[in-house]
Amino acid sequence: MSERRIGVYVCHCGTNISKTVDVEDVAKYSQGLDGVVVSKDYKYMCSQPGQELIQKDIKEHGLDGVVVAACSPRMHEPTFQRAARNAGLNPYLVEMVNIREQCSWVTDDRALATAKAKRLTSSGIAKARLNRALETDFTAITPRALVVGGGIAGIEAALKIAASGYEVVLVEKEGTIGGQMAKFDKTFPTLDCSACILTPKMVEVVQHPKIELMTYSEVQRVDGYVGSFEVTIEKKPRDVDLNLCTGCGDCTEKCPASVLSEFDEGLSMRKSISTAFAQAIPNAPVLDRESCWYYTGKAKCQVCARVCQANAITFDNEPEIVKEQFGVIVVATGFDILRPEEGNQWGYGKYPDVFNGLQFERMSNASGPTDGLLVTSQGKEPEAVAVLHCIGSRDENYREYCSRTCCMASLKFAHLVKEKTNAEVYEFYIDMRSFGKGYEEFYNRIQEEGINFIRGKGAEVTKKGEKLVVRGEDQQLGVIREVPVDMVILNTALQAREDAAKIAETFSLQQGQDGWFMELHAKLAPGKTAVEGVFLAGTCQGPRDIPDTVAHAGGAAADALRLMAAGQQEMSPVSAYVVEEYCTGCKVCISLCPYDAISFDEDGKVAVITTALCKGCGACVASCPTNAMHLRHFEDEQILAQIEGVFAG
Amino acid sequence: MADKLKFAFYWNASCGGCEVAVLDIHEKILDVAAIADILMWPVAMDFKEEDVEALPDQHIDVAFINGGIRNSENKKMSQLLRQKSKYVVAFGACANFGGIPALANFHHKESIFDRVYSETPSTVNPEGVWPQEITEVPEGELSLPTFFNTVYMLAEVVDVDYYLPGCPPPPDLILAAVEAIASGNLPPRGTVIAGEKSVCHSCDRVKEEKKVTGFRRIHEVIPDPERCFLEQGIICAGSVTRDGCGTRCLNVDMPCRGCFGAPEGVIDQGAQLLSTLTTLLDTDDLEEVRSIIGSIPDLSGYLYRFTLSDSLMKRRIVAELKDKEVASH
Repeated sequence: MSERRIGVYVCHCGTNISKTVDVEDVAKYSQGLDGVVVSKDYKYMCSQPGQELIQKDIKEHGLDGVVVAACSPRMHEPTFQRAARNAGLNPYLVEMVNIREQCSWVTDDRALATAKAKRLTSSGIAKARLNRALETDFTAITPRALVVGGGIAGIEAALKIAASGYEVVLVEKEGTIGGQMAKFDKTFPTLDCSACILTPKMVEVVQHPKIELMTYSEVQRVDGYVGSFEVTIEKKPRDVDLNLCTGCGDCTEKCPASVLSEFDEGLSMRKSISTAFAQAIPNAPVLDRESCWYYTGKAKCQVCARVCQANAITFDNEPEIVKEQFGVIVVATGFDILRPEEGNQWGYGKYPDVFNGLQFERMSNASGPTDGLLVTSQGKEPEAVAVLHCIGSRDENYREYCSRTCCMASLKFAHLVKEKTNAEVYEFYIDMRSFGKGYEEFYNRIQEEGINFIRGKGAEVTKKGEKLVVRGEDQQLGVIREVPVDMVILNTALQAREDAAKIAETFSLQQGQDGWFMELHAKLAPGKTAVEGVFLAGTCQGPRDIPDTVAHAGGAAADALRLMAAGQQEMSPVSAYVVEEYCTGCKVCISLCPYDAISFDEDGKVAVITTALCKGCGACVASCPTNAMHLRHFEDEQILAQIEGVFAG
Repeated sequence: MADKLKFAFYWNASCGGCEVAVLDIHEKILDVAAIADILMWPVAMDFKEEDVEALPDQHIDVAFINGGIRNSENKKMSQLLRQKSKYVVAFGACANFGGIPALANFHHKESIFDRVYSETPSTVNPEGVWPQEITEVPEGELSLPTFFNTVYMLAEVVDVDYYLPGCPPPPDLILAAVEAIASGNLPPRGTVIAGEKSVCHSCDRVKEEKKVTGFRRIHEVIPDPERCFLEQGIICAGSVTRDGCGTRCLNVDMPCRGCFGAPEGVIDQGAQLLSTLTTLLDTDDLEEVRSIIGSIPDLSGYLYRFTLSDSLMKRRIVAELKDKEVASH
């Protein structure tokens, strides 16, 4: 007989559980199990009266174990742990049993669901009999934030944190901040100019006394843990001294080497030494060694240095490696667009008048390659333009998800074409998703502008004579349409950046199936990650439009600020530890640890865990051949007891 | 010599290798003979059950019992020796964990008899004659021991004082055990006379990155003699096996088969080995993991080569098997 005094609390979850599970029967059954002194059911255990019920019992019955049979521990374990703590019970003596997701939600069979709920509860009670009180530790938070990525998300997060009085370092890998938004012409649904919103914020960043801007720099490595991250940043050699450069542009003008402009999405040429766009921050060029005549050995050149009156340009500079300390990190590394591969059905890359969305943005932008004129590759104003939605989105051959921005962007494109030309516009769409504030109104407005909406995906683009022909099924008419146009805009999917896996590895982030970084919880912690102190802002976590990106970034900033303002963070005691006598130093665990929490002691030839980094995932425990790795709160005897509990039930 | 120790050696379900292992101590056997009288040793001397029964309780100082418990005779003799001995040493892998005979726990009595007395290609048994526990003959009744459905390890039928694992136990550990007994310098009851960590701890092979794309058997490759077998995709049980054997197999370029059982702290050697193998695979694709692991011939036999009786599952559960003897253990 166990000497433990355990209380069992079975939740109805309104009717979520009780409609399928006989909760009273489960409570009655539990009453008879070893160690259980009180067992009750209640409509909402997580409600205040529900929690008070448990707290009262803890005190009255002197409970040293609580089993809550309710929903998922991810949902409410912290709730009941808090309740227990407030009643004077160690939170790790609380055991959650999930009879909602695992019982009532997986069957309509009341008898089976109830039987399973009993077995799982029996299992939870078996674990509770062996649960041990665990003490939490605190770690101090360095009041300094790193923001990675200088797009609108990173800018927003950096400004928010800095405005609260904390130091921020903003790292951007390109020569200027601004990100994708800097390429846009107008923004939906208000049609205000992108630069007009963005550039003042960029200026604010560079002028803010609390923000240190590191452009043309990349994070190489992250060591340490929440509160005391040590981050290694590589400042790539720009060859232009930011302190001396006046941004006059002489070097760019005289530079003899030119390549396709990445910023203009290949629609124009740029010089080897150039500034991405007029409002770049910092307003100084970058010398691109890939195309520079001097670096490629084509000529001695160095014209740029000679014409520079500020003597800001020098050659053969080495990358500078700096190590900085941070308490928190906000990752805002953004997205990329899908660029259909060679041989794609839309003629992208084959026909010069098939553009992607960003190319159209550049073309429509007054400071873009055509100064804002919409012209075909022949230099003529188009007579007809097709805008194709969902290219690579909602498509199992490419990306299954909806990219969320394309419907509204496509309407915006249609509007801009109408505004700037006399062309007919054809929108090929599957569904019109206008879910944001003011979006449906925007859709209504565009509909009145004489656009041809064809419900059906643009399936193929071919060439007939001078014209491009867009073929697609018009679902409303039930016919295949072939529409001759002069210009096609493919609104391609937003996708995780090509280097997302590398970024994930650097920051120990997890990626979902589509490559987006994983948030800790879609609803409860959309900006947090599994790594304490590392937050996500903007589209690196999933497709978002600008309003949502800014809101998300604000949330991430708030998460980061909360930690810095508190000055310390509670560390979960559910972490792995090494029984050194059993460790043979085989190193299997080290490469498996997703959080780099395990190192190797060369003297003792044993694995060593940095507890602050450990998230308690248990990968090392499962992999250790000699069982030298243990996980607090999930000890072997506890898990075996749980298994026995299932069979005993 | 009145002070001489009294030893007994007994074999249950075993191959006889453990008996030979005693002789493997070579001329040191004379030292053993000098300090101890051997009261029972079926492989070498003719002692009858009645002779042992006639001894006073605890008359024997140490009984070294090898082999698994396959039938009622094994169980009865083990219990008898327990009663007559001060110390019982589980000798060898079979007595310690069931050993090779316990692989029969993937089957049951009926299927084993069917295989042995009917199915095997070399068997001609058109009348389907199976051994019977009781046979009436004109001279009276002949009896055979009851064949259990399950092979047990020694500790499941008697209290065991010390464990000497191995298939067979190596001479140096046998001598260490004898010397400890002779000197009276005994370790705590229940001690395993071997190492604590795993074989890897004593293995000199170079261990680097453990990532493999598949597994091969030792006869299919020419292994690198300097490098960890697992890293070469060859299943080696060394990482989940108790140290103390002197890496005898590894020294001659054979991977560890696991005959010392699980190291201190490991609950189930086979499960641990499976867990280790899956960890090594350089893939996150569940289907690929399944297919690679599924391609290992006789996987369960491989994992539990010596320790099925000592595992969490103990045997294959046969739903229709209503065996009282299984229930009684």
